[in-house]
Amino acid sequence: MMTAEFGSFALTLALACAIAQLMLSTAARIRRSTVLAAAGEGAALAAFAGVAIAFASLIYAFVTSDFSVANVAANSHTEKPLLYKVAGAWGSHEGSMLLWCLILTGYGAASATLGGGLPRGLKALMVATQGALGSVFLAYTVFASNPLMRIATPPVEGRSLNPLLQDPALAIHPPFLYAGYVGMSVVFSLAVAALIEGRVDAAWARWVRPWALAAWSFLTVGITLGAFWAYYELGWGGWWFWDPVENASFMPWLVATALLHSAIVTEKRGALAGWSLFLALGAFTFSMLGAFLVRSGVLTSVHAFAVDPTRGVLLLIILGLTSGSAFTLFAWRAPQLSPGGLFAPISRESALVLNNILLAAATATVLLGTLYPLIREALTGESISVGPPYFNATFTPLMAALAILLPAGPLLAWKRGDLRGVGQRLWIAAVIAVGCGLLAYALVSPKKALGCLGLALGVWLIGGAISELVERTRALRVPAADSWRRLVGLPRGAWGMTLAHLGLGVFVLGACFEIGWKGEAAEALSLGGSLDVGGYHLVLESVGPVDGPNFEAERGLIRATRDGKPVCTGEPERRFYPAGGQTTSEVAICYRGASHLYMVLGERRETMAGTPVWLVRAYWNPWATLIFLGPVIMAIGGLISLSDRRLRLGVARRAKAVAGEQPA
Amino acid sequence: MTARSLLAALAGVICIAAAADPAERLADPHQEARARAIFADVRCLVCQNESIDDSEAELAGDLRRAVREQVRAGRSDAQIKRFLTDRYGEFVLLTPAFSWVNLALWGGPFLVVLAGGGLLASRLRNRAAEAELSPEEANRVRRLAESDSA
Repeated sequence: MMTAEFGSFALTLALACAIAQLMLSTAARIRRSTVLAAAGEGAALAAFAGVAIAFASLIYAFVTSDFSVANVAANSHTEKPLLYKVAGAWGSHEGSMLLWCLILTGYGAASATLGGGLPRGLKALMVATQGALGSVFLAYTVFASNPLMRIATPPVEGRSLNPLLQDPALAIHPPFLYAGYVGMSVVFSLAVAALIEGRVDAAWARWVRPWALAAWSFLTVGITLGAFWAYYELGWGGWWFWDPVENASFMPWLVATALLHSAIVTEKRGALAGWSLFLALGAFTFSMLGAFLVRSGVLTSVHAFAVDPTRGVLLLIILGLTSGSAFTLFAWRAPQLSPGGLFAPISRESALVLNNILLAAATATVLLGTLYPLIREALTGESISVGPPYFNATFTPLMAALAILLPAGPLLAWKRGDLRGVGQRLWIAAVIAVGCGLLAYALVSPKKALGCLGLALGVWLIGGAISELVERTRALRVPAADSWRRLVGLPRGAWGMTLAHLGLGVFVLGACFEIGWKGEAAEALSLGGSLDVGGYHLVLESVGPVDGPNFEAERGLIRATRDGKPVCTGEPERRFYPAGGQTTSEVAICYRGASHLYMVLGERRETMAGTPVWLVRAYWNPWATLIFLGPVIMAIGGLISLSDRRLRLGVARRAKAVAGEQPA
Repeated sequence: MTARSLLAALAGVICIAAAADPAERLADPHQEARARAIFADVRCLVCQNESIDDSEAELAGDLRRAVREQVRAGRSDAQIKRFLTDRYGEFVLLTPAFSWVNLALWGGPFLVVLAGGGLLASRLRNRAAEAELSPEEANRVRRLAESDSA
């Protein structure tokens, strides 16, 4: 079959198209030519088509187990289920870079097609910048990490994908994550274009918003899927480890969150234009930094994954080149931007600036914590560790401060706010929050002051979001029918914000409860043996062999009871994948409301008497569902906001057309 | 590799809160709880980014045994941590030390907050001053208003 060659050819062609896109669109801006601009947009579409063909041929190679393609031989296996064969296409370094390019050119094509309302010059420059990014990453993929390379002597069987990665949540999470990372490229391109044009105004902020929202929502879903996967696949009950790789995905999210808020100020009040631009450039810079950190191996040098220092250097050069030139442009042009509208210390502007200061500090925390071991090693030659205790001591207080301030923000007026009015609207939420915290402190054992504080914060955020909704609908102050009309008539952007803030509250509630009152038990159990956790009594009833498609496993049957009444059964597995020689654990989770009873079957041992025993671990994770539900609500909020009429693409164009028809 | 898959690689073998293994536990629950708290701050040296509380690696097991023995012998947390850093260097503790070389690490986030707060304050002050009209401007406004109403 020639599909791999065909794909390689299409990929090279896509590189040529991306270069053409850069040159045609730049020329279009210089000569102010609509013909050249259209040609540049056409090249953007062609680049996307080329990468799409290359990607399809890679998936085809994986599905047909074509082991003459080096990447397939290294990452696939004939016995692997179809889903994981397809997911194998982005399971390796080379394949994931191709996915990155696919999404990058996809966004390029989308922004070329949908950006109809933008001024011509700005649009041409945006398409040109997208083309420049596409050229750099496609060149990297074609010349340094082509996933479609053949090998001279194909093996009979592939080396298979790491079994830990053979999981539905993990298989689908990279596309979401990358749609988030790379979505920031459009924001980046818009910022570069605005800097070159020298104009950043309310309209610019409005164009940036939908792209930033879309990317942010995707990133939120991607990170949550990843955390959920870690939660049930790694088998030790945690969901966030402050690992450098997690941090790499978290930093662009924090910056994008800050951008979403500062862009509101730029849109409504014309202020913070320079800062919004800085964040717009920063979001994609952190995406690229993440790509570099994860692939170069600078932070995880001893690890089994094929990390390649030369590729790391190439990615670092790409990062330096693109971000370096963008920030140089920023340093040159930004001082000329107008400072925008005035505002008082107590105002929505101030609240949003505080939000940005805290988010920037949080990003700095994560960045320092991730990179400081490298810095220390370079400075003093000693290696140190920066682990979860550091982040708990720095990141958490910053976020707590943010959570305390958050509900007040949306209730403050622009320019000059009224703190007393805010107090009148929020005191009920404050009383409920403090009451819940105190009640939890009095009732829940063991007593955890910090856990109760977190709980109160979660309730405060949720109460704040609801208070905000009450305020907008004037509920209880005007007739119910009136309130209802107001509620239905709320713009989707308002709903989006309320949901996002509510989701954060749900997350904080779940995270604090889970961290504070998690229960853990582990025993070596023979058949019929039992252990107790979180008020549940767990009995290991039986253990039997299981024959999987590409693994062999032992499956336990654990019966859980509470106060003598049967509650549920769990069937955790311990799997052995012969292809890679790895052992993994499939946990069993018994959902009890929002809480989880989490069961793990460990290794088999023998007692002195020769009877077999299994190491069984169980966790009681109270309210753990909320940890994953919260971010999902946030992402839904983002998507609803995205569908707001104000942001819907093409609205500007239609409005212009209507205005044009009317006699002056 | 995607972010998560690398984490999986970091995990290497599955690591299921190995410290909870009943075979290793101390008899006194209070001492055991203290030992577990220390484990969470001690890095498993061979498995990169994991604490010995989580790791199933052999070395992590050895370190756990050493820590538990010292807890049983009644040594303080600080003494035990000093014993570990003397042997393995600062790298072994997951909490970076409060020292001058780590000033940027611990102080950085607060510096950002201070700088941001300072910028906000200065902007609020400058712009407030700007917002006030100079006497000439006030006169001009008055004249314009008068000519308008005239």
